[in-house]
Order: sequence, then structure tokens, then C-alpha cells
Amino acid sequence: MNHVISVQVENKPGVLARVASMFAGRGFNIHSLAVGPTADPTLSRMTVVVDGPEMEQIIKQLYKLVHTVKVTELPAGQGLEREIMMLRVNAEASRRGEIMESAAIFKAKTVDVGVSTLTFELSGDPDALADFLELMRPYGIVDLVKSGRIAMARDTKSKDGNKARLRSA
Amino acid sequence: MSQTMTGAQALIYALERQGVDIMFGVPGGAILPAYDPILDSKIRHVLARHEQGAGHMASGYAHATGRVGVMVATSGPGATNLITPLQDCYMDSIPVVAITGQVATHAIGNDAFQEAHTWGISMPATKHNYLVTDANDIPEVINEAFHLAATGRPGPILVDLPKDVLAATMTWHEPEEIKLPGYKPSVRGHPKQVKAAIELIQESARPVLYTGGGVIRAEASAELTRFAEMANLPVVTTLMARGAIADSHPLTLGMSGMHGCYTATTAIQQSDLLIAMAARFDDRVTGDVAAFAPHARVIHVDVDPAEIGKVRNPDVPIVGDAKVVLEQLLEELEKKLAGGAAPERAEWFDQLARWQRDYPLAFDQDPHGPIQQQYVISEINRISGKDTIVVAGVGQHQMWAAQFWGFEKPNTWINSGGLGTMGYAVPAAVGAQAGMPEETVWAIDGDGCFQMTMQELITASVEGIPVKIAVMNNGALGMVKQWQKLFYHERFSAVDLTDHTPNYVKLAEAMGCVGIRAEKPEEVAPAIEKAMATKDQPVVVEFVCDPEAMVFPMVVAGGSNDNVIMRPEDLPDPRGPQPEDEI
Ligand SMILES: Cc1ncc(C[n+]2csc(CCOP(=O)(O)OP(=O)(O)O)c2C)c(N)n1
Ligand SMILES: [Mg+2]
Repeated sequence: MNHVISVQVENKPGVLARVASMFAGRGFNIHSLAVGPTADPTLSRMTVVVDGPEMEQIIKQLYKLVHTVKVTELPAGQGLEREIMMLRVNAEASRRGEIMESAAIFKAKTVDVGVSTLTFELSGDPDALADFLELMRPYGIVDLVKSGRIAMARDTKSKDGNKARLRSA
Repeated sequence: MSQTMTGAQALIYALERQGVDIMFGVPGGAILPAYDPILDSKIRHVLARHEQGAGHMASGYAHATGRVGVMVATSGPGATNLITPLQDCYMDSIPVVAITGQVATHAIGNDAFQEAHTWGISMPATKHNYLVTDANDIPEVINEAFHLAATGRPGPILVDLPKDVLAATMTWHEPEEIKLPGYKPSVRGHPKQVKAAIELIQESARPVLYTGGGVIRAEASAELTRFAEMANLPVVTTLMARGAIADSHPLTLGMSGMHGCYTATTAIQQSDLLIAMAARFDDRVTGDVAAFAPHARVIHVDVDPAEIGKVRNPDVPIVGDAKVVLEQLLEELEKKLAGGAAPERAEWFDQLARWQRDYPLAFDQDPHGPIQQQYVISEINRISGKDTIVVAGVGQHQMWAAQFWGFEKPNTWINSGGLGTMGYAVPAAVGAQAGMPEETVWAIDGDGCFQMTMQELITASVEGIPVKIAVMNNGALGMVKQWQKLFYHERFSAVDLTDHTPNYVKLAEAMGCVGIRAEKPEEVAPAIEKAMATKDQPVVVEFVCDPEAMVFPMVVAGGSNDNVIMRPEDLPDPRGPQPEDEI
């Protein structure tokens, strides 16, 4: 099963290499990894999707890295998870209409139109991306790029400090 | 002081301010700038004959003194030669700082002469590492490096310094306060867990205090001994923890694990409560994890949260410094006992005493037979006394030293436990002796190990570091030979060292040492006495030992610790069932 961990690290040279090396050296599998800046320029955030049962060890080993500031495991399905993908499919003139219709249902954006291909951009919940991919597969996938998942915990604090779900996406 | 200086001067000044009194290294092109201000510094530089030697010297120094050891090397091959000692220190949690030269910043990545990606290569072998790209960062980096090496779970730190950074001009400034938002080692254990631990201990009928090397790193021997006494707990010491409690203490059971003594290993197996004190459930201790201490509840104290639950899930986890947690445990226990005594556990102690009587660690020295290494070790122990610092290589001799030396004090046992680095003993002994000039330092080394790093005896004689090296000449890579004997049908492959046996006496003399040889049992004690009488020079004593001896007890790798094998006859036949068995 996939687990999503959000890792706040100091924005220092080589910090990605340290995280990647730790995963490789300890035999933990990375499913996807997305890195980017945060609102605080001294920090970066990595969203790591991992396989396997060793979550506690992974988190502890991440904490052992001197530049790791905070590690949060986002319980499956409960965080806000997003991914973006670009997908190029074969699209003969005769089938374009039907492909475009399917894309519309998923609210995929057409970002490039070739002589015999169409390229879509779709962002959203990883499950939706997977569904769209399955739908497009029969047409013949020419190319596919995914960003890797990014995730954030939901804000579940109510005004009086009690935990309560205020909204969901 | 806000003075203009070079990066190299700032480096040496920063090291002086950390209290560094000695460093071990080999110079070269990229580190050249740093070697110039060494001439004006009060820091003693010991020129090793190989950077690996310099690294193990720093490690031996840190082991013996508890202070941070410093090793220095140039870029490329100098730095790569430090990787083994760094990994060794990483595995055994030894605080060291490595200073390496690097090609100039503009040349990095160009495959420049003597360039290696030292930062990348050393990353997984260090607790943390740095590539300094601005001389103005040197005060902070050195300050942080020493802080990281010595605090929390100690370990090796590497600082890579490009030549132009060392040569650059900077203005010295006081290092800013250390800002490491993600590095906050826990010191005190959680009071609730401490309470829970004492509850379990009081309830336990068959407890064992399973003591790891972290107790020695935390300088918590006195607290450990007091706690064992107050709570009435038998104590097992791992290979790294030898000396954490005196072997002569009535509560001491000795070493457990693959070559541990029967009572220590079996006590853990039969225990109902294991109090793991700064120990890490290494596979050499646990054997088959699934069969390890199957009836025991576990209290695990460690300063490194990642050790807790890594191998065995504890019932009571306590993250904290062993010394502080032991003090907390003592306080809590005192409250709990309220003047009363701890449970007597007479049945358990009777059982332990029976095992000790029935399965002692023992050896036979036939006065007319070949020298047994156990005898040599016991004799060195007897003659040199309890304050001796013992340093071991890796192999059979190491296991016998751990088994048969009676350790009475912490920091008197120095060996490569986690990495098992052959060649550790000679340079580590040199480093230990350099740090503890008043003490007697004996290395118990194998002939195979000795041939890996013996050149550091030249360093020892040049520097006036009078180590004593016992070379256990069994003509073989004995430990490997033992495995081939037991598990590979006696098909001996690449373990024989007798095709050419060097003349160890001449070799010693050629390196400026006194050389002594003992070939018969009656020559053992006189040879040791002669070595002890040599005060101003390193000594090598070659003991020509039984080539066939094997280390027992033994638990087969990966096997259950329930099967402690006391004699070779008790081993399962590696060939499986034989035709002659089928009658
Ligand atoms: C650097 C290194 N290479 C190989 C080994 C594997 N190894 C473990 S013990 C051993 C034999 C050691 O021989 P010696 O020093 O003569 O000690 P003995 O076992 O004979 O006492 C070997 C080769 C090792 N531990 N370290
Ligand atoms: Mg040998």
C-alpha cells in the first residue's frame, strides 16, 4: 500500500541527495518524489510516496538526517493529494471527436494538437488521473509525464480548537 | 579576535578552539594550505603512513578518551582512504571529525587531478558532512561539525575544504549560534515511560539488563552498575559494551551473542524482561530475530529514536541519553522501593549460577602443546593489570579477547564491532596510546589483520608512542578458516597465510620496534614481561599459536540463540545426513 509523507527540510545544497541516498541505502522504495520551495525560503518540502510496511522506520530515518525539520505522514485518502500529468495519445482524425469528449468529462485541458496526436493536461486527485489514463489507453499512449504527487494535510481545526472537518475537496 | 587570515588559518584556529590537541593525517596537494599553519599551532600532528591508519587512530583516540578524534587527508585518494574508518566510526557511534582537502571550487566536477566526489562518497558513511564553498563559513562549519560529532548519538562528520577556500582571505568572526532546526536530540526520557519501566522491572521474575556500547559512549557505567545493584538485575554486555560494568561484579554474566558465553546468551533467551540499555539488537547479538528472547517483554532505552522498534518492538520505549535515563530510573526506583529491597529473584539467580557452573568459558593450555590464544590473552591480562587498554583486530583473536579479558573499567576495550574492520588494531592502538600516554595499551591482533595496517608501527616509533602489539600468529585468516571448516566441508579457500610467513621479529625491528617471539607456552609470560618492561618503544610480540583452534561457544549465523554450540562435535553435520548414519 502507498503512504504519503510530507517532509520539511532545510533548503540546503544536496538535501535531495541525502534523502534519496537514505532511501536507497536502507532499501526503502520510493514510488514518487516531488520537491519544491515553501513559503519560507529557508525550507523546502518533499512529498514522498512510498511502498511498504516500514513507515515508522522511514519516518525515523528521515528525522535522523540533520537537515530534516519535520516529517508528517498523511493518512491514506485523508490528505489533500494532487498530481499533474501530460498525456499524448494517438488521435486519427476519425477518432478525435470521441477522444475530446472523453477528455471533457475529466476536464482535461488540450495543450497540444499534432497531425495525428492530441496532448492533454490533467491535474487532480491521483485516482482521477489513473481513471483517465485507463480511458485513453485503448487509443494508444504515445507519451506520458507525471509530476509525482504533492500533498497537504487538511485543516481540521475548528475555531474553538476542537478537531472538526470544516470542508472537504 | 577579528583578524584577517586565510581559510586554512581559520580552520586550524577553529580546531584549537574546539580543544583539539592532536590530529592524525597525511598531507597532499589540495590540503597543502592547511598544513602550513599547523607548523605554528600547538596542535600535535601525527603523520600516519596511510590515511586509513590516520582514521583508525582518530577513532582509537576518541574511544579511549571520549573526546572527538580528528583525521586529515588530501583530496581524491586521501579522502577515499578515509571511508573505511568513517564507516567504522558510524557503525560504532564514535565521535570523529574528518578534514579533507578538495580541488579548487572552479575545478569541481571537471575530473580535475585528484578529484573525488568526497561529499557524495562520504554521505552514507557519516552522520553529516559538509562541502565548504566560502572561507567565511569555516567558523560555523567547524563548530557545527564538533557539535554534531559529540552530541546525540555520536558519529563521524566530514568537512571537505577546496584548496581555494583554504587559501582565501577571510576575517575571523565568532561562530554564530548553532542553528539546526531539525537536530534536537532527546536527553531526558519521558517520565511516564520511566515509571512504566520501573513497574515492569519490579514485576519481572527473570529480567536481564542487556547493555550496549551506548552506555560507554554516554559515560554511564557508574549509573548502570548502581541501577543493576539497586534493581537486582543480572547484566549482559554486548561486544561493544565490554567494560561498561566490571566483569568481577557478581551481577555480570559476560558477553552474549554469536560467540557470547552460554549463560549470557541463554539468560536473554529465557528472560521475561529485557532492559536494552543503549544497545541496538545487532544480528550478532540476536541471531534469528524471530526466535530471540521469545518470552521477554522489552524496555528499550536509546538516544537514537530510529533504533527503537528497528529490530524488535519494545513494550516501553525510552528515548534519551543513557546516563540521564539511568539517573531517572534510579530516582523512580528509589521512590518505588521506599527503603525496601528489590525482588530477590532467587530462582532466577540460582538458575544463572547453575549455567555458569555447568557451561563456563574455559580453555585448556597443554603445557607441551601449541600456544592457545586464550592463554596468551589471560596472561597479558594477569601481567599488565586491569587498567590496560585493550585494542583488538577482527577475527578469532578478537572474540577470544572479548571473552577472556576481565574488563574492569569502561573505555578499556576498543574494537571494531559494527563494521568488523580487519586492520583496526594497530592504528587504533596508536591513537588510544597517543590520547592516554600514561596507560598501558595492548593490541591483540591477528596475523592477517596485522599485515593490513602494520606500517603504522613506523608512525608509532617515530612519534614515540609505545604501544604493545600481540600478533596471534595462527598462520591463517582464522575466523574465515573456522567457517570453512564448519560450513564448507573443510574446503579451505584463500585462508592460509603460511606460504610465506614474514619474520615478525625482524619486521618489528625494521619498523623501529622491539620484536619478541614466543613459540611455546612457557615462553608466553616471559615475552609479555619483556614487553611490559619496554617503556619507550613500541613492541611487537609474535605468539606462534595453535592453527586449528576454533572459537566457541558459537551460534550459527542466522540460527536461534537457543542453540548455543559449546564444542565442534555439537554442530549439525554440514553435509546433512550421511550414509553411515542410516543404520
Ligand atoms: C577489511 C576486512 N576484510 C575481510 C574481512 C573478513 N574477515 C573477517 S575475520 C577474517 C580473518 C582475520 O584473520 P586474522 O587477522 O589472522 O585473525 P584470526 O581470525 O586468525 O584470529 C577475515 C578475512 C574483514 N572482517 N575485514
Ligand atoms: Mg590469524
